[in-house]
Amino acid sequence: MKLGTSTIIGGVLFALAIFVGLFAPWLAHTDPVMGANLMNAEEPPSWIWWFGTDAQGRDIYSRVVHGARISLTVGIVSQLVNSVIGVTLGLTAGYWGGWWDDVVNALTNLMLAIPSLIFALAIMAVLGPGLTSLLIALGLTNWSFSCRIARASALSLKSQGYVQAAKVLGYGDLRIMITQLLPNMLGPIIVISTLGMGGAILAEAALSFLGLGIRPPYPSWGSMLSEARDQITTAPWLSVFPGLAIFLTVLGLNLLGDGLRDILDPQSRSRRT
Amino acid sequence: MHDAAHGSADDVILRVEDLAVHYPIGGGLRGGGRRLLRAVDGVDLELKRGECLGLVGESGCGKSTVALSILGLQTPTRGRIVLDGQVVTGGQSLDRMALARIVQIVFQDPYASLNPRQSVRRTLEAPLRLHGMTAKSEIDGRIEAMLSHVGLRPEQAGRYPHEFSGGQRQRIGIARALILNPRIVICDEPVSALDVSIRAQIINLLLELKETLGLSYIMISHDLGVVEHMSDRVAVMYLGRIVESGDWREIFERPAHPYTQTLISAIPDPLRRAPLATTRGEPPSPLNPPDGCAFNPRCRHAEAVCRRAPAPSLDVRPDGHAVRCWRADEIAGQTVAEPSAAFNGSS
Repeated sequence: MKLGTSTIIGGVLFALAIFVGLFAPWLAHTDPVMGANLMNAEEPPSWIWWFGTDAQGRDIYSRVVHGARISLTVGIVSQLVNSVIGVTLGLTAGYWGGWWDDVVNALTNLMLAIPSLIFALAIMAVLGPGLTSLLIALGLTNWSFSCRIARASALSLKSQGYVQAAKVLGYGDLRIMITQLLPNMLGPIIVISTLGMGGAILAEAALSFLGLGIRPPYPSWGSMLSEARDQITTAPWLSVFPGLAIFLTVLGLNLLGDGLRDILDPQSRSRRT
Repeated sequence: MHDAAHGSADDVILRVEDLAVHYPIGGGLRGGGRRLLRAVDGVDLELKRGECLGLVGESGCGKSTVALSILGLQTPTRGRIVLDGQVVTGGQSLDRMALARIVQIVFQDPYASLNPRQSVRRTLEAPLRLHGMTAKSEIDGRIEAMLSHVGLRPEQAGRYPHEFSGGQRQRIGIARALILNPRIVICDEPVSALDVSIRAQIINLLLELKETLGLSYIMISHDLGVVEHMSDRVAVMYLGRIVESGDWREIFERPAHPYTQTLISAIPDPLRRAPLATTRGEPPSPLNPPDGCAFNPRCRHAEAVCRRAPAPSLDVRPDGHAVRCWRADEIAGQTVAEPSAAFNGSS
């Protein structure tokens, strides 16, 4: 199996982000919240302060490293929630059809018609800021794409001979959906989820930037950008490094998603075997 | 295994009575403009224990719908299906699990009919577990025996469908159909998607399994050559109805219905290089069947009565040969041998 260069770059970037997030306490130089020391305020990047320091003298490198935890948690968990909702609705709608399909279609169209960030904003406004509300808001607003894909796959797969054979063998609907349909639609679902994770990280950044995400003392890439807004001319490193972290992670996820699409494509699958 | 001695006086394992499947077509929310597609319209069939019944007809004549109804995948509009003494349709339905242990199907396309993400072992193991077989040794033994029955090696069980050829895939499909020890197997065009060189192997395998496992077959095909080779009895369907049925020799040597006659004349014969007889035109739409006998627009023998009155009911003769035709007595036994306007010239 030949992996494209971009797939490898994407995979390495995403793996790096995961690694940083997992080992943040060991990689960070100081505590991201408590490590304030006004003696070191607004130091530019140097050998001591790799990414510089902010107005309170906190190490930006340590804050970016810890921010990876929040950004990745939001990206992965909210996308997982999205995928579970989308696949459950889409799979059942495509397989059963009928009125349930109409209901799911109407819901999907509704979700697609409302800009998801605005919807998430509304949910955040009700739930208040914080990680849990972020996960709920982003997890409930972005499932329409995986739903569409799951429904389309279920529609085309359910007429396949092996699904008919499973029915004739006495399989129940649930068993057919889980053992016969789901494994055969995972490819496109994984691709969409990978791309969606990048979107969720960006949405977290946007919500935190607007002050509705992570509360200020705790570092998330979006909230760091938000705090750095006023000093963008005097201390550009405050915004450059969190921005770079977002950029590289999302780029990595998108490259990985595109690469996975090529690998999981049925045509290239037959070539692979 | 099911031995033939089990059936006492009643040797009929499957009886289909007056089966009809109608689909409503079109029609908006207000229900206006709705029409009825009569895919199957009053079919009677009987399958005896250990017998192979050939069901032939053009695409769209309803033969697959009959099969789906027997398998419980299609709810009939009307009629009764009795499987092994148990009524399947009409009120007291058998559940799908019980049905699965009586009747199974072999599909036409061996490429679409196997789950690409399941190994052969999983394909055969899952139904056994579902139907209550739990002991691992028992399952392994059953899978091994089934694989050798269909001519595959036990060590091939761990492989995935894409690692097999078309003929081998069809063998896996047959193994899956037989794994629950059914009594009836519906073969839906089991060889028409295969290479000609493989077809004979699969046909012989099916015949062999029928003997050793005591199965009864319904053989659905538009390939009369296959049907002639395998079937004990043949039923010919046209536009949702059976137009002729009987012993295979009777059907092939003395076809009584003009439609059967044209079908048989259309079998290619390498020794006779005459252009093949074809039926004029396309089959009519079941949404809009012609007046009178459904076959009359394409029939060489059609007369006034055929255009006026609906085809008569199946007239069963003492030897079991049944025909649905106004002029059956006059035209019986003919084939379309002489060149006529019915030829389209291609060979």
